[in-house]
Amino acid sequence: MPGNMITSEFLVNVDHERCRRCKRCILNCGFGVFDFQNMTTADSSKCVACHRCAVFCPEEAITIVRNPLAFKEHSSWDVDKRKAIWKQAQTPGMILTGMGNDLPWLNVFDHLLIDACQVTNPSIDPLREPMELRTYLGRKPDSIQVEKSDGGWKLETPIGNNIKLDIPIIFSGMSYGSVSLNTHKALAIAAEKLGTVMNTGEGGLHKELMPYKDHIIVQCASGRFGVHSEYLNSGVAVEIKVGQGAKPGIGGHLPGEKIGPEVSSTRMIPQGTDALSPAPHHDIYSIEDLRQLIYALKEATGYKPVSVKIAAVHNVAAIASGIARAGADIIYLDGFRGGTGASPAVVRDHVGIPLEIALAVVDQQLRSEGIRNWVSIIAAGGIRSSADVIKAIALGADAVGVGTAALIAMGCRLCQKCYTGNCSWGIATQRPELTGRLDPDWGAERLVNLITSWSLEVKEVLGALGVNAVESLRGNRERLRALGLDESTMNIIGVKPAGR
Amino acid sequence: MTLGFGDQYAKWRVDTEKVPAACGLSGLISEDGRLIAGDTIIESMRVIHDRGNGLGGGFAGYGIYPGHATEYALHVMFEDESGKAACEELLAGSLEISDAGEIPTNPAANIVDPPLLWRYFAVPRPEKLSSSGLADEDFMVRLVMTINMTIPGTFVFSSGKNMGVFKAVGFAEDVGEFFRLPEYQGYTWIGHGRFPTNTPGWWGGAHPFNILDWAVVHNGEISSYGINKRYLEMFGYECTLLTDTEVMAYLFDLLIRKHGLPLEVACKVIAAPFWKDIDRDTDTAEKELFEALRIVYSSALVNGPFAVIVGYSRGMLGLNDRIKLRPLVAATKDDMLYVSSEESAIRQICPRPDKVWAPVAGQPVIGQLKGDV
Repeated sequence: MPGNMITSEFLVNVDHERCRRCKRCILNCGFGVFDFQNMTTADSSKCVACHRCAVFCPEEAITIVRNPLAFKEHSSWDVDKRKAIWKQAQTPGMILTGMGNDLPWLNVFDHLLIDACQVTNPSIDPLREPMELRTYLGRKPDSIQVEKSDGGWKLETPIGNNIKLDIPIIFSGMSYGSVSLNTHKALAIAAEKLGTVMNTGEGGLHKELMPYKDHIIVQCASGRFGVHSEYLNSGVAVEIKVGQGAKPGIGGHLPGEKIGPEVSSTRMIPQGTDALSPAPHHDIYSIEDLRQLIYALKEATGYKPVSVKIAAVHNVAAIASGIARAGADIIYLDGFRGGTGASPAVVRDHVGIPLEIALAVVDQQLRSEGIRNWVSIIAAGGIRSSADVIKAIALGADAVGVGTAALIAMGCRLCQKCYTGNCSWGIATQRPELTGRLDPDWGAERLVNLITSWSLEVKEVLGALGVNAVESLRGNRERLRALGLDESTMNIIGVKPAGR
Repeated sequence: MTLGFGDQYAKWRVDTEKVPAACGLSGLISEDGRLIAGDTIIESMRVIHDRGNGLGGGFAGYGIYPGHATEYALHVMFEDESGKAACEELLAGSLEISDAGEIPTNPAANIVDPPLLWRYFAVPRPEKLSSSGLADEDFMVRLVMTINMTIPGTFVFSSGKNMGVFKAVGFAEDVGEFFRLPEYQGYTWIGHGRFPTNTPGWWGGAHPFNILDWAVVHNGEISSYGINKRYLEMFGYECTLLTDTEVMAYLFDLLIRKHGLPLEVACKVIAAPFWKDIDRDTDTAEKELFEALRIVYSSALVNGPFAVIVGYSRGMLGLNDRIKLRPLVAATKDDMLYVSSEESAIRQICPRPDKVWAPVAGQPVIGQLKGDV
């Protein structure tokens, strides 16, 4: 009987006439595809199409193609379903995967169109006029009081801590452990240069990132890895991670292989032990428990803003309202396309709801309760471009979080094998020979380039919309129209059809 | 049917958030509180006839009802008698009405097919007011919103004390003649001629827009309308009149009356200074205030081209958007302040002003009554 009934997903071809046998491919592949016996050989069954070998081959001698092996067509039993059954029939267990939901669910962003000025109001040229993206995250009072002061007016009461961002884009939480230290460094350097923040994720903060503390949100998740008083005070805000868009309702598992000396000391767990994040916080079984943790963290940090990260699930609007009332300053909404280092495929692909819809209903719920000023909303999980940034802000986000896009900027090919720890690009790995490949300054430069480009594009569209401050786009669904969405979805997100 | 209520209005409510419009405006105030007849503002508006297209004109006068100065003067338009009956039943249940009657009009004026136009002088019934738990003004705001939202073909278009709004489909000067404005005397007058781009005649959509004592005439298009509207909805304001100018009136009411901000501070919310200017402000108290205003009131920033003139019980304000995308000129002469879209409209009624200037973007021009009137 065959040991493995699953044929290779990709085929790796080496053009031996072009190959100069430099063996660079062998060194570069984190998955051990290549070998050398008189000439370069490839084991296609190990290939994940991460392209590291092809990019670094000086002769472009390597091609990777989808295995053309024909399967009898069946519209219900697509090939992936058959392969999943073969895998699980061979070895009992959940099928793991990485990154975000890859099924072709309706993408609401791709059905939204943006308005522009014509005749009755002038558009504004961002090259000639100020165009403001500055954004403040945190609780804001409903109104302010002023008092007379010699000839003018002054603020009577301060408005409380807010995080000042130069752009409405932050880097989403990706833990040290799931990604390499160099990845964290690149994100921190870029956040500082861009005037925004990165989020530690749940793996603590390596001491080498301390210089960037004004651009870091520290996370406190169910495993409490690396959480101590100094850590909590090493950022501009603390985030309680309740859930993650890629895997709502379940915990996390960082295998012991990834827990080397540095991850061990940062996470404060023994080397080589699995880092298990419980599915719930065992001190948060309900909303009143969340309130206690929020205020405990505020007490521990001199009342820095506290963010609560939740996955977008069916009842998200009511949950968000509860979070706002529990004292959170920021709600971080992670849609079902959000990324992860590891998740059971069944959860990643089938649990949760799209960010666009969750964001729209949360913003509307908070408004209908008159408490929208109490919290800022960060929208994440599926932000792929500046167009998505604009649409998310128009739906009601104060800022967006990007994770996957940041990793792609640094080389990630979305092979979805982060959980193996073999990332050839040095991102989702702790293997020293791989992590060294990502130069933090090079990575930071690419992140700065990407986010600067997006910022320019956001400004250009703001100008076309005839506004010169991002707050005039925020929640301004009147400037969006839907094309090809059903009536109930349009009602839920509060956007009219194109032509109306 | 020129009023555009009923089915047609309902259709617009579905199809249209707001109607783009451009316009001409003019306003004047005697800071000494001298009473000026309504012909002056009509003459000013006549000069800028071409800034309107005959699809909307209107005026607001302050100090015009001295005999009823302590009562709310409700101006209401009805499409038909059934709306009037329903509205009057609601009014009678909520208000003590001292006087009611048709608003005097001149049928010879060049205005066609007017709705029923009625005026009520009233105060809230004390027992209704106390059981509502609301302040006097909030009670009236809620009543106006209820009528405008729920009674088909019925609109309260003026609800202040000792002031009144007069508006119609037509050119401004014709609207002034129609409402017999030369027979009224006021210390502040503002006027408006409208140039809407894609709507038939719509009486409710003419300017000024009003809530309580606030009356706003506006030239421009509020590009931030969608968020300004949603922000106001959090505080119970319903935008029903299909035009973005409405949010301006409600924002002033919210910021000044409900949140207690001084007028000039409210202007820094509506036409917020740029961060680059706030960042280099050397007056730390002012800097801190402006930062706080932008952080807290970001959804109340009115973005896009506008020039507005706002009338209120003790004064008049002229204000441009933050990069001055619409014209606005101001002038003074003795105790008078004039503000208009065009200098010609000022010189028509004040040929030799002491001073004429173009207000800087986002810098309010304010005329205030010096004493009691």
